Amino acid sequence: MKIRILLINCFFIAALAFMVSCGQAGEKNGNGALGTSIAEKVYVAPGERDEQYGFLSGGYSGNLTVYGLPSGRLFKEIPVFSQFPTSGYGYSEETKPMLNTSFGFIPWDDLHHPDISQTNGELDGRWIFANGNNTPRIARISLSTFETEEIIEVPNSAGNHSSSFITENTEYVVAGTRFSVPVPQKDMPIKEYKSNFKGALTFIAVEPEHGHMDIKFQLLMPGFNYDLSHPGRGKSHGWFFFSTYNTEEASTLLEVNASQNDKDFIAAVNWKKIEEFVNNGGGTKMPANYAHNVYDESTHTAKSTMKTEVLTVNPSDVPGAIYFLPTPKSPHGCDVDPSGQYIIGAGKLSANITVHSFDKMLAAIEAEKFDGDAYGIPIINYDDVLAGSVQSGGLGPLHTEFDGRGNAYTTFFISSEVVKWKLGTWEVVDRKPTYYSVGHLMIPGGNSRKPHGKYLVAMNKITKDRYLPTGPEMEHSAQIYDISGEKMELLYDFPTHGEPHYAAGCNAELLVENSKKIYRIDENNHPYGIKSPADARVERDGNEVHIYMSTIRSHFTPDNIEGIKVGDKVYFHITNHEQDFDVPHGFSMIGQGTSEILIMPGQTKTSLWEPKRVGVWPFYCTDFCSALHQEMQGYVRVSPAGSNIELAWSLDE
Amino acid sequence: MKRAGIIMVLGSIFLLGIFVFPLWNIRLGAPQYPEPLGINIYINGLQGENEFDIQNIDGLNHYIGMKTLPKPEDMWEFSVFPKVVALMAGIGIVIGLLSVFIKISPTWFLIWFVSMSVLGALGIYDFNLWLVDYGSDLDPNAIMKLVNPDGTPMQYNPPLIGHKKLLNFDAFSYPRAGGILLGIGIILSLVAYFVGKKSQSST
Repeated sequence: MKIRILLINCFFIAALAFMVSCGQAGEKNGNGALGTSIAEKVYVAPGERDEQYGFLSGGYSGNLTVYGLPSGRLFKEIPVFSQFPTSGYGYSEETKPMLNTSFGFIPWDDLHHPDISQTNGELDGRWIFANGNNTPRIARISLSTFETEEIIEVPNSAGNHSSSFITENTEYVVAGTRFSVPVPQKDMPIKEYKSNFKGALTFIAVEPEHGHMDIKFQLLMPGFNYDLSHPGRGKSHGWFFFSTYNTEEASTLLEVNASQNDKDFIAAVNWKKIEEFVNNGGGTKMPANYAHNVYDESTHTAKSTMKTEVLTVNPSDVPGAIYFLPTPKSPHGCDVDPSGQYIIGAGKLSANITVHSFDKMLAAIEAEKFDGDAYGIPIINYDDVLAGSVQSGGLGPLHTEFDGRGNAYTTFFISSEVVKWKLGTWEVVDRKPTYYSVGHLMIPGGNSRKPHGKYLVAMNKITKDRYLPTGPEMEHSAQIYDISGEKMELLYDFPTHGEPHYAAGCNAELLVENSKKIYRIDENNHPYGIKSPADARVERDGNEVHIYMSTIRSHFTPDNIEGIKVGDKVYFHITNHEQDFDVPHGFSMIGQGTSEILIMPGQTKTSLWEPKRVGVWPFYCTDFCSALHQEMQGYVRVSPAGSNIELAWSLDE
Repeated sequence: MKRAGIIMVLGSIFLLGIFVFPLWNIRLGAPQYPEPLGINIYINGLQGENEFDIQNIDGLNHYIGMKTLPKPEDMWEFSVFPKVVALMAGIGIVIGLLSVFIKISPTWFLIWFVSMSVLGALGIYDFNLWLVDYGSDLDPNAIMKLVNPDGTPMQYNPPLIGHKKLLNFDAFSYPRAGGILLGIGIILSLVAYFVGKKSQSST
């Protein structure tokens, strides 16, 4: 009951803060001269380019969105875990395998936390990783093609939330489970949750050259909820930190029953120690069933392979590798500062921010100063690991990022603000309201040893009165702040797609040079691709018809195809023979039970059509490609099943 | 006389630059082509400034019914011109050397200069014919047929040298290293003639 009252109080205070912050906004908008100078800070004139890329998670859209910073202009939506009709991702024959899982084809997921690959703790701009929260998956997206290249499913896991964060040389990307589940899954009473459910923390090794992922080991932790995580860096490189809640191991009404303990834990995992244990033959191989989907850029085709085994590690088998750091009030965020010294745990039901010291943690371990254990994992005494706490006066701290100048910035969900404070002295320097209910925040490079420290992007859950209304549902909103001075300055609001949870950002130069402009036709190894329009043809194999089609401004070769019959499976294998930047061609067929496809210059994609009705049916190009785009069309004649009309087609006539 | 001969040899060697560098360049730029399309004209064929420029220029040109740009085998010039220039360079080197080792009249340099100039002028004339032919001999079934204000069909040949506006494109046509070296080489033969003449009169 006490908790209820506390929560109700929280909301009253939140409402107050809300009103106060509205008043502040009003004053600010009245300041004309200042307003002008703020506008200049985000204005990117026509023909000029943004300084930075921002990659915002699309949450329940399943995709990743690319924005320019500071303009807030949307550049692209990259399909990752969701079918995407704009490009045909998840609809074309080549990309369907990307969404394969042990549950079959799952055309959606909930994308949460993107993280850019690093070398020596600095962003290297090769790949960006992202997690699917619902059907546990990790994706790797190329930052030269801005396409999803690989998705690996995570077995023994559920609610893949404390991921996808990477170690400072991209050795591992982690996938920590939010929900503990029976491992292996079985039919059992839910009320026997306690001590029977396990939380899998999965370490996925990333092959350095091509980025290919492979599960190295899975740590089977006690059945808590593993909420967020961050890698150690610098001095704490080799460790990974995971926040937990529900250390009560409650299985009903978690809102109340998982909030009983005053302190939950941050789990500190020495992954180097476990890696060594595994490399020496440690761990238990367990049967598992999970999909590993890899997209090959040269064949433009994804392949899904089912894996049957996973290496699990029981924490008690590697003594000295895992410790629990008590952290007050159901910590959500778990962030590590650029030096690797401070581990920030934000108790989401707290007013204060807890900061642990890596050095003090090592000293306590050395001195074996423990406050008991949980399932054999030592619990370090709270006071022995605490570096300090930020007495903020806000409510509900969530996530923290850093500017590389000794400052930290924490979002407060309930009081809806960003609070700037100093590492080491724990004093609050500045606070600015957000509109409204901020979750994550992002400073480009903030999750590395070298944050850029110029802009901060706050991602809000609620938009309400910030934009013109669009019915009961508004897109979520991001806000960009200038953090280069002592005080933060709100520069701009821009809508975001889906529910952006976290974001990653980097300087534009890191990606611009390597961004691919075309796929080379001479490197196209698609089995149904054609090297020149002269190879265009139609072939029948039983009831399968394969159309080897070429597109170039502004025609299809072949067009006007006859001899197709009801009940055929017609595969349009379309190669775009353009070798010019940003000239895709599209393809769509009337009555097709799938989406159009968009084929990039030099690429081959396949669209399946199963004609159901006799007639003459048109197809056309969906992407306005040239002055004669409207003429880019053709017909397919469909005859009754069993008729003996010969295959025929026209070629550039 | 020795000096004149060396200048002559040097000039003739400069001619050979066209086997390494492009003679000429035509570049087409427009606001919607932030990276302009360019053709480098070599003595033995055309090459895109960027790898796929020729393909993309052909793609554009097909709207107005222009023929695709010639491959080396499509034009006799690309096989004959290199031979002519190589021959002239050879002759230039030989007469240069002859004047160094056994005295021959500088008039030979003048003869070489005049014949090379005539050949060069013919080459430029031929080049211009080719440009005009490509720009005006258009497919009667062309997708777009544009006319000048006076009603005559529009021609799309880029300028021989300099800038010209072709619809929304700015066409620029200028010599490149090979062409410049060729010009210098020819002028050097004239210099050699005057130097030879002067040294003759002074002895």
